[in-house]
Amino acid sequence: MPTGFEYAPAPESRGVVDIASSYGLFVGGEFVDPADGGSFKTVNPATGERLSDVAEAGAADVDAAVRAARRAYTQVWGPMSGAERGKYLFRIARLLQERAREFAVLETLDNGKPIKESRDVDIPLAAAHFFYHAGWADKLEYAGLTTGARPAPLGVIGQVIPWNFPLLMLAWKIAPALATGNTVVLKPAETTPLTALLFAQVCQQADLPAGVVNIVTGAGATGQALTEHPDVDKIAFTGSTDVGKQIARTIAGTRKRLTLELGGKGANIVYDDAAIDQAVEGIVSGIYFNQGHVCCAGSRLLVQESVAEDVVRRLQRRLGTLRVGDPMDKNTDVGAINSAEQLARITALVEAGEAEGATRWSAPCELPDRGYWFAPTIFTDVSQAHRVAQEEIFGPVLSVLTFRTPAEAVAKANNTPYGLSAGIWSDKGSRVLWTADRLRAGVVWANSFNKFDPTSPFGGYKESGYGREAGRHGLEAYVAAGSED
Amino acid sequence: MARVDVRKTYKLYIGGKFPRSESGRSYAVVSQGRSQSFLANAAQGSRKDVRDAVVAARGAFAGWSGATAYNRGQVLYRVAEVLEGRREQFVADVIASEGVTRPRAERLVDAAIDRWVWYAGWPDKLAQVLGNLNPVAGPYFNLSAPEPTGVVGILAPQRSSLLGLISVIAPAIVSGNTVVVLTSEDRPLPAVTLSEVLATSDVPGGVVNIVTGRTAELAPWLASHHDVNAIDLTGAANAADVDWAALEASAAGTVKRVLRPAGDGPDAVEPDFAPAPSLRRMRAFLETKTVWHPKGT
Repeated sequence: MPTGFEYAPAPESRGVVDIASSYGLFVGGEFVDPADGGSFKTVNPATGERLSDVAEAGAADVDAAVRAARRAYTQVWGPMSGAERGKYLFRIARLLQERAREFAVLETLDNGKPIKESRDVDIPLAAAHFFYHAGWADKLEYAGLTTGARPAPLGVIGQVIPWNFPLLMLAWKIAPALATGNTVVLKPAETTPLTALLFAQVCQQADLPAGVVNIVTGAGATGQALTEHPDVDKIAFTGSTDVGKQIARTIAGTRKRLTLELGGKGANIVYDDAAIDQAVEGIVSGIYFNQGHVCCAGSRLLVQESVAEDVVRRLQRRLGTLRVGDPMDKNTDVGAINSAEQLARITALVEAGEAEGATRWSAPCELPDRGYWFAPTIFTDVSQAHRVAQEEIFGPVLSVLTFRTPAEAVAKANNTPYGLSAGIWSDKGSRVLWTADRLRAGVVWANSFNKFDPTSPFGGYKESGYGREAGRHGLEAYVAAGSED
Repeated sequence: MARVDVRKTYKLYIGGKFPRSESGRSYAVVSQGRSQSFLANAAQGSRKDVRDAVVAARGAFAGWSGATAYNRGQVLYRVAEVLEGRREQFVADVIASEGVTRPRAERLVDAAIDRWVWYAGWPDKLAQVLGNLNPVAGPYFNLSAPEPTGVVGILAPQRSSLLGLISVIAPAIVSGNTVVVLTSEDRPLPAVTLSEVLATSDVPGGVVNIVTGRTAELAPWLASHHDVNAIDLTGAANAADVDWAALEASAAGTVKRVLRPAGDGPDAVEPDFAPAPSLRRMRAFLETKTVWHPKGT
């Protein structure tokens, strides 16, 4: 098997970031120490080295953050005109662009994703989200959200985000909330708090009024304190389906609004008339992008039987050329698994796949001897009942199933409780559109995969959650519904 | 001698058919107002009836959601035509069920029919009003459009037996959802008459399924059912022994879309159905699907 070109190391400099040895919580526009003084460490998953100690917010800290957000909402941000709010968001967008390299390096250090992804995808998209929503702030009456009336904000928003796209998920949450006139308390993921804390500094540089954005770091208990807080008007959560269900149960009967962006088991359908080499590239970006830590990953390949062998062979060849390793190297394609816990989960599901009778193939690559790593892996001989075909692995593991007819492809694609994303590869337009109509998924990428844009609504059907983020539709999650029936 | 009238057996409406409850149970329905006289024995639906109704609704979903919007609009308009033909029967049902005067009942029935007509015009406009092209920063065609969420469970209003009923069913089905409706517990007769209208107006069997019975007994099965995608809790207001918060919590287990009852805090109140509706009830049971396709030569 060809191993591709040899590349000299091309490490990105980490000198551009200055990581403090410890961080407080960002409440009311300032960094403060947590009430009970608790903290936890955040590590570089590629090396295991400690990056910093981060404050762990308890219930009292969350309460202080919610109070600060409420004060900012009633005194400053709520009364402010949309045009003025918008200008703050434009400032933030520009600051993110100005400090893009710093954010990219910090994201890669804290998360483990390749620098080329944080540099070319995460950070530019995060800035674009603020830029897009800045323009909405004074145009909300044109968004078609309410009949006649100017859409009203909800108040204080509690937001809990995952570790797979730390700054980008922050942008997806904060930008629309602020544009519509709400204030926020955001909890970043336990393993990736650093870019959120750097974002807090951006808020300071932008002179964003104190309390409009509050960042409380911590683990599940912090998130729970936030979702349970009685003065939070709405919860926006991105994460696992299990936690999403718990949150929905927690807020039942409280009339808090809720949007959920949960797990997925996306089908990537390859028809026999597809441009196979392009499809292979799309399959790779569908499941190996960001180490497969993507809720909308194309983790189930559904390939038409007549081309299945060819597709799998070319896929294996392509995986052999992926460069797995140091995320700070500009040539790296696949970085580190985000945490020991996630690595254990991937490993357990892959072992279950083997035990259930699927055939495992892993790319022959050398993995670094410290940090958390998993080689790009493919399962063939997968049946629909296998756990690797039903459960979200959230890692660089692809399950291959085959089909004979378009109807069978659609039936298999829809055969999970999830409904977040799907892909279709075919050169025939009518077949693409026929298939897209029948897939029960919120985002369908035809002859493409894992594309994102601030104007493009994102979110799931079924147990992948409810509500949309981005685009005109995403604003709906942050404004009051009309009282009319 | 006065002629002895022929009385009707009030049954369930599941999958386009009119079965009795599989449980064999019925319960007495009495008129509202000063004299609480016996009206009928309505079928007392069971858990199994609810599950059968969900199966019927799921079975009808592909056909109804896959029909053209123009076709759904025509079918729904046909329902309004048949409703109008049954106007007198609905007036009598509403007088008996709600204890209102004849002029008031006539106004309610007229409003209900007009509401149905309003919704009947929506199927082929929703995608235009709620969908759009997204100008993404790249060479891609990108379109977002609304789609029905699937099978919707509906707790129909307890008091507004016809106008309220129509105001919750129509917005769910215009977009292609199929529904399982738990009727008003004490005022189910207009719903049974509506099922006879639906059965004779080109609405495919299973699109609307109507179950009479005890709301508190049936609603939990609907809220927790794994093949129900959304639930409308409007009818939790004034329903005996029904805790909407518990139903919402139960719905969380399958990430159902929940349309909460009107009211503030823990109180559920039945809304006034007289004002013109907004898009709110249609939106509640829609998904947005976004499709990307590259542009190139």
